[in-house]
Amino acid sequence: MAEITYLEAIREALIEEMERDDQVFCLGEDIAMYGGAFKATEGLVQRFGEQRVIDTPISEVGIVGAAAGAAHMGMRPIVEMQFIDFIANAYDMLTNYVATARYRAMLPCPMVVRGPSGGYVRGGPFHSQNPEAGFIHTPGLKVVYPATAEDAKGLLKSAIRDDDCVLFFEHKYLYRRIKGTMPAGDHVVPLGKARLAREGKDLSIITYAATVWKALEAAEQLEREDGLSVEVVDLRSLSPLDDDTIFATAKKTNRVLVVHEDTRTGGIAGEITARINESCFAWLDAPVLRVTAHDVPLPYAPQLEDFVLPQTADIVTAARALAAY
Amino acid sequence: MATRAPSAGKRSNSGAKREAQYPAGLTRGQLLELYYWMRLTRTLEERLVALYRQTKVVGGLFRSLGQEADAVGSAFALRREDVLSPLIRNLGSMLVKGATPAEILRQYMAKGDSPTRGRELNIHFGDTERGFIGQISPLGDMVPVMAGVTLSFKMRGQTRVGLVYVGDGATSTGAFHEGINLAAVQRCPLVVVIENNGYAYSTPTRKQTLANHFVDKAIGYGVPGEQADGNDVIATYEVTKRAVDRARRGEGVSIVELITYRRKGHAEHDNQSYVPAGEIERWAAENDPIDRYSARLQKEFRFEQSELAVLDDRVRREVDEATDEAERSAPPVPLDALVGVYASPAMEQPLWFRSGKRSAVETNERAEGWGTFTSSNGSTKDGSVAGESD
Repeated sequence: MAEITYLEAIREALIEEMERDDQVFCLGEDIAMYGGAFKATEGLVQRFGEQRVIDTPISEVGIVGAAAGAAHMGMRPIVEMQFIDFIANAYDMLTNYVATARYRAMLPCPMVVRGPSGGYVRGGPFHSQNPEAGFIHTPGLKVVYPATAEDAKGLLKSAIRDDDCVLFFEHKYLYRRIKGTMPAGDHVVPLGKARLAREGKDLSIITYAATVWKALEAAEQLEREDGLSVEVVDLRSLSPLDDDTIFATAKKTNRVLVVHEDTRTGGIAGEITARINESCFAWLDAPVLRVTAHDVPLPYAPQLEDFVLPQTADIVTAARALAAY
Repeated sequence: MATRAPSAGKRSNSGAKREAQYPAGLTRGQLLELYYWMRLTRTLEERLVALYRQTKVVGGLFRSLGQEADAVGSAFALRREDVLSPLIRNLGSMLVKGATPAEILRQYMAKGDSPTRGRELNIHFGDTERGFIGQISPLGDMVPVMAGVTLSFKMRGQTRVGLVYVGDGATSTGAFHEGINLAAVQRCPLVVVIENNGYAYSTPTRKQTLANHFVDKAIGYGVPGEQADGNDVIATYEVTKRAVDRARRGEGVSIVELITYRRKGHAEHDNQSYVPAGEIERWAAENDPIDRYSARLQKEFRFEQSELAVLDDRVRREVDEATDEAERSAPPVPLDALVGVYASPAMEQPLWFRSGKRSAVETNERAEGWGTFTSSNGSTKDGSVAGESD
């Protein structure tokens, strides 16, 4: 089978799920005739019609709320955020309405909110964000953030089939830079299961999304230059978190570095560190360290963005400190 | 045509000839039904006040005194298969749609067998089978949700209609605007009822908008708008019915503004110090919706006072029975708090410092499906439960 990009993998998942289940439909801004800002939904309206691929007004509250209402009636809506930064507009609808619906009113919300996320693309403060942490903190939502094309497809299909609301973060830096070969047949990746991206024995890097690739680069450099065997865990799902895989790698290498592109304070690295502390303290040979973005809004200029966001060299530096502890 | 009728309404012995004299195509039985639902709303709320003073109502108490006609008359314009989303002063609309007094009482009293099993307060609950969707506290949010509910009707080619209530306050929210606009361009079969009762908590309408009438906003959305006297139950029914019929014919969204007045505070604790002297008393004396309707039934439509008294008695009896029933219900089992955040897993695990407790799933029967649909193509859910025990 031919390799396809991360973006094409997402489109393939949408098409396959819309063909499989006629209750699945898409709504969002500029997704139909234009095919979406990144062309994720290109060709869908021609294939499925305007009833199932709906161009909406610029109304994040409106479309997330409408998706919830349709989901209550048994439909399976997929909302596109043109950029995930705009999910902040729908924060009330997602956290107050959608996340609580099953618990407070037994109203199911089987829906997906997906959209291009993340930096390294010179997008500036409103086209580069990683707002996942606020939603990980909200009981009732699930959060997924794939790093590979295979996972992008398999996790999106699982998200669409899930009986609750799944926020599906897509890394726009990876859209056309990463390719993968899709497994044949109905390729589904379960939610809540991390992936071992690289096996190692000296220290572990736990990360997700674009920084998985930076961690892998760092791991190769560390092996080459320092003779270190580095394990890399790709979380894939941020809520629910795969505690089993996190604890297994911590107990195996006894040194853990958590890496994410999101800002540091309140980022998920803090949560992962706390869980390791609670459950693996006796196995640790060093404190859990973090490499994250600096706590500033993401700036535009390459010199500024590159300074703020975690780079491969930062991961190498931190890993060496951890190994030497 | 409108929902399950109480038996009072069914015993109409009027001939077809006499029906013609009743307004809005309503039958004699239906006129009595409208009276019944308004009286039930008021008596049930009066009972809740008594229970509140006995501290049996756990949270706040929200009254719709003086607004019973707008809730009842508008909901009466819907069919059984239609769906509405009530607001906090629309108890009457929920009763019309089939919510029972015992459910309302259990909900206020935070009972374990209340419709939300103790998770939510007051009339914040719903049932898609009976056609009402539970509201949340952030105002305006139900407009986009009902846009989606009615979008599903349109997509499936159903002739069902949705109705969403908002107050004068909610019209100031972004969600109100986004929801109506989206529903309008999608030609969703949605009726937006703006209940203008003069106040949002303590804020009077003149501080909410500079528009002369809320219904003027309809022009901006390119949808029809109509205004009516919300304290006239028949006028309320008629104006809503026209909007519902338009929606059912595929003509999309309408806005209906109902003028009414909130005679009690935002909730029972609110002493209404912000209301000008005499205003409440004037509305109570001159424009009580039940007094007005009762007088009209007798003077204009020749109903006997005794016919209405029979309904009053019946309502009192039903509320008494519901109260006994609700008081007998047990409070929720604490561990039930961990059930039903997600379809799967079925429950969250108690934190380690609470270990040793039996799981909620063991001690409580899990509500069937906990609100979970399986889609037509059968996506499955993992029903397994990891029951914590120690």
